[in-house]
Order: sequence, then C-alpha cells, then structure tokens
Amino acid sequence: MNKREIRIMIVDDELIVRDSLTKWFREDGYRVEAAESSAAALKKLQTGSCSLMLVDIKMPGMDGIELLERVKEIDKNVIVIIITAFASVDTAVKALKQGAYDYITKPIDPDYLDHVVEKALMQHELTLENVRLREVVSELSGATEIIGDSPEIKKVLELVQTVAPNDTTVMIRGESGTGKELVARAIHNGSPRRYFPIVTVNCGAMTETLLESELFGHERGAFTGAQYRRKGKVELADGGTLFLDEVGNIDTKTQMDLLRVIESKQFTRVGGTEVLKSDFRVICATNRDLEEAVKEGSFREDLYYRLNVFTIEMPPLRGRRGDVAKLAHHFLEKYARQMSKDVRSFSPDAMHTLKAYDWPGNVRELENAVERAMVVAQGQTIERQHLPLHTLSAQREEGKRLSDIERHHIEEVLRETAWNISRSAAILDIDRVTLYHKIEKYGLKREQ
Amino acid sequence: MRSILLLPLGNVDPEIVAGLHAPLAYTFHAEVVEGDCDIDLEQFFDAQRVQYNSTEIIQHISTNHVPAFPVIDERSASLKILAVSAEDLFIPILTYVFGEAELGGRVSLVSYHRLQPQRYGLSADSQLLVSRLKKEAFHELGHSYGLVHCSRLQCVMHTSTYVEDIDLKGESFCGDCSMHLRLPR
Repeated sequence: MNKREIRIMIVDDELIVRDSLTKWFREDGYRVEAAESSAAALKKLQTGSCSLMLVDIKMPGMDGIELLERVKEIDKNVIVIIITAFASVDTAVKALKQGAYDYITKPIDPDYLDHVVEKALMQHELTLENVRLREVVSELSGATEIIGDSPEIKKVLELVQTVAPNDTTVMIRGESGTGKELVARAIHNGSPRRYFPIVTVNCGAMTETLLESELFGHERGAFTGAQYRRKGKVELADGGTLFLDEVGNIDTKTQMDLLRVIESKQFTRVGGTEVLKSDFRVICATNRDLEEAVKEGSFREDLYYRLNVFTIEMPPLRGRRGDVAKLAHHFLEKYARQMSKDVRSFSPDAMHTLKAYDWPGNVRELENAVERAMVVAQGQTIERQHLPLHTLSAQREEGKRLSDIERHHIEEVLRETAWNISRSAAILDIDRVTLYHKIEKYGLKREQ
Repeated sequence: MRSILLLPLGNVDPEIVAGLHAPLAYTFHAEVVEGDCDIDLEQFFDAQRVQYNSTEIIQHISTNHVPAFPVIDERSASLKILAVSAEDLFIPILTYVFGEAELGGRVSLVSYHRLQPQRYGLSADSQLLVSRLKKEAFHELGHSYGLVHCSRLQCVMHTSTYVEDIDLKGESFCGDCSMHLRLPR
C-alpha cells in the first residue's frame, strides 16, 4: 500500500478538526484534503475520487448521512467513516445501513484511528483488486467464440447482448451443431450471474430416473447405488445459470417437476424431504419443433410458455455461408496450436469445396472436417483431398442439380445489378414477384 | 550546520531537558542551544479534558515567540524549535498525543507526561523515560524536517500511539529517512 497514492478527505465544519486530522494523516504520508461542508466535499470529488472519507455526521446544510448516500451513488468503492460527537445506536445503525464502513466518536483514540483507517484502506485495496480481477476474468471468459460476421450471426449477437443483462428465460433454437451452447455461455458471460457457474444438463442423453437425479440430486440410499448424498444441477447452479440442452427430450413427469422448480425455485432431492432453494436463471436449447410437440401432447404447454420467453434462432451454417471461411480459419488456427503443426491456410480449391458444401451437421461438422484435414495435411496448406470424402462428393452432386444452377445464376445476376430487383428481373425475363419468391426460396441475401 | 533550540515549558524537569542536548546534537549533526521563554501554559488548559492543547501551544510559540528569539537572526533560517513539556497534551480530535510538530515547519513539541513508567503502574525508570523522550524528540523533529511516518518498524519515524510502540522502535533513522535528512550514516 503506497500511502502517497492514497487520497483521504476530511469533511467537517469545524476548522480545528479538519486541521488536526489533516495534519495527523499527512504525517502518515497520505494525500489529505479537507472540506468544510458536504457541498464542498462533493465539489472536490468532481476533480478526482478518493479512497477514504472521514465525515462528520452533524454539519449545517447537507449532513454526513446524506453526504454518505451521495458519495455512494457516485462511487460505491469509496470508504466512508462517520465521525460523531455522541455515539448513539440509532445514528450508528443508520450510518452503517447506508454503507458507512464504521463510525468513530470524538475525541478519537489515536491508536483506534490508525487501526480503523489502515483496516479500511486494506479492505479498499482488496475491493479494487477484486474489481480488477473480475474485469480480467470477465475479459477472458467473455471470449464467446461465436465466430462470424454474416448479418445472420450479427443479429444473434445483438439479441445476446440485449437479453444477457436481464434475468429472462431464454430459449435457443436451431439445428444440431449450430452452436446453441456457445450462445448460452455468451448470455451467461454477459449477465450479472457470470461470477457464478453455468451448469449444463444434457436432457436428451438421460433416462427419466437418471435425469431426475441429475437435476435435483439424491439422498443417500434413495435408490440402488446411491451410496452418497449428491447435489443436483439445480442446486449447483445456485446464483448462476442452468442450461437445459435438448430440453424437448425431457419426459412428461420430469417436465412437471422442472416447471415447479422453475416457478418456485424450490426443490427436493430424490429420496429426501427437505425443501431446498436455488436462485438460478434458465437458458434452454432445442432442435425439436416444440409447438408440434405441444400439439402432440408430448411437451407440456405450461412449461413451453414458461421457457419460451425470449427466443434466439441459430441459423444453420448453409444459411450463413459467408461465415464458412472465417470459421474454417478459426478451426485451422485452433488445431494448429493443439497439434503443434505449421498448417497455415487452405488451398483455393479446398476453400471452394468448404463453401459449396451444405453442412447438415453445421459448425460442428465443419470443425470435425477441419480437424480431420489437419491430421492428414503434410505441408503448410490444406488441400481439397485432405477434406472428408462426403464433402467432395456432395459438392459434385450439388453442382449437378437444376435448382443449384438456377440459384447460382440468379445470384450472379443480382450481384451484377447490385441487387437492383427490377433490372435483375428484366435480365432473367421473369416478373419481380417471381424473383422475390426465388430469392426467398434459395435464401439469398445481399452481401454487406 | 543545523541549529536546534530546546525550549523547556512550564515546570519541566531541567535535568530531563539537559539529557536531550547531546543525543540531538549527535543525531542531527546540529548545534543545540537551550532557550528560555515565559509561556503561561494555563491558557492552553482544557478543564473538561484536564489536558493541554498542543496545537494551540505550537501556534502560540510560532506567532508570539519565534520572532523574539535572537538566535534566529544569528543562526541559519533552518533553525528548528523543540518545546519540551511535562503536561498531558491533546489535539482536539484525539484523546491524547505524545507530541506534535508542524510538518516541514519550525516548531515541534513533546511531552514526557505519558512516557513515565509510573503512569502505567510501574516503578519509575529514568533511563527508560529518557530513551522514550529521545525517540519522541527525534520523531517530532523528523516531522519538522519534512519526514512522514516510516513503515520500517525499527525506524524512529515509525508511528507510535502507545508507549509500547515507542519501546519497540529504534533510536535512529532508517536509511531512507537519513537520506531525506541528509544525515551521514
């Protein structure tokens, strides 16, 4: 703690008190300022914050308690110690409730003054260090790895930013492998709950009883093999986020239990009687058509409405082809590091193949394809033949379809006319409405 | 050469003041002379607290007596005045002080009232009393020469709010404080 960098402010209407304390702390090596009123103190704070304020409770105009409130509004990390002439429990409690670090009575025992100020400053330093570390952690964990700059993915990121700071339940929908869990993590990392865990439950991978125990935990002896008490994911997510992946696959009994827990934030471990509480935010993901499941009766309508508060649609990779190159390079760099291989680029032919493929397995499939290519690549470039065979054959088949040729041709004309619909329709010899239909059919989007 | 003027106040024990001459001269490489002034300490007495206001005493010496000391004209302008008292001192916001000084100023004040072992139920120990007073005198003069409290436990500029703290620290300045005072080590 470098005392020369610590600014202490004395706020008291009595000159003698200001002078005495200023002198006392200057001898200690602190930078000291004095203000004769709350208004003067607030004015001084405009020129720079201070670490600690010693504030007299009784001053004409704005009193010490009001100043304390105002200071905390400006900078909640400033430590305020209230000085009172007569200690009364009421005043002390009021000051402490408003956020004062401590209160001291006049005249002050010099040893106590030194002790309380040193302790307070140590806490101030730890608080600031904590803030700094949180920022670092936040920066590090904030790397969401949602790669891409297509309009589709930009829209997703905008929605993430909008919903993250609120405690709203979010449903992420999209095909398998589109990166729904990454979006869930990005929402968690952008929320005030980011310092608590995000706990993932893969609802699709478990049987009814296993999922129940996984979610709510179990008591010892609750079932065969339950030798120890175990906390469930709902309990572990306390303070943080519960991410329910493949939520559409939950059986009807667990759906009912889950709905109750989401609404009451209370639950009981399997085989237990104690009602436990957990404060968590729910984010869920599904690739199922939940509306259809509700109609069929396999998904509870009430749970559907409870979960479907804010929806984010993850576009399939074929719907954002513009991101394929960026993603492929990202995975190339990732696996080059992991495998310690000096592979730096894709050949034009290989990149063309990657862009042409439809990627039914989405980003996950692309990542696997790049990983495989990295294993077999010998030089610094990934060639077309390094890519998995199905991507190569699909490209050939894709090129042969009549619809592919039509889409390609329309795309070309639109590009040539800078997306002038009337001119493009004239060149293609079709009417504008038909052109609009075809643009929609092929999911064509103007490049930014 | 530095000059330090020792100023006994009230009914202070002359022997105790005399005991400060040599240590001050040696430590600060200064010429130490004893002055004389007739200050009525009763004007600084607070009947409610039964203590003497040290801030007012220092201000009084600064305003009324400093210009009257001929030694200031004859010696260098860097002369420091150390007043010594036997009374219990306070500054208004604190319950007591062992001494006070103007940081980087001319006048400082120490009292041996709270340094006496008999105050704490122990038998009188003149050697211990002189040792404590020396440390406090060095400390307050250190402030007069512009030093702030030192974090080194052994340095005489380390802060001490109890007599036990005074006993724990050394009688000399640490390297950094000595350098600030430009004292040969």
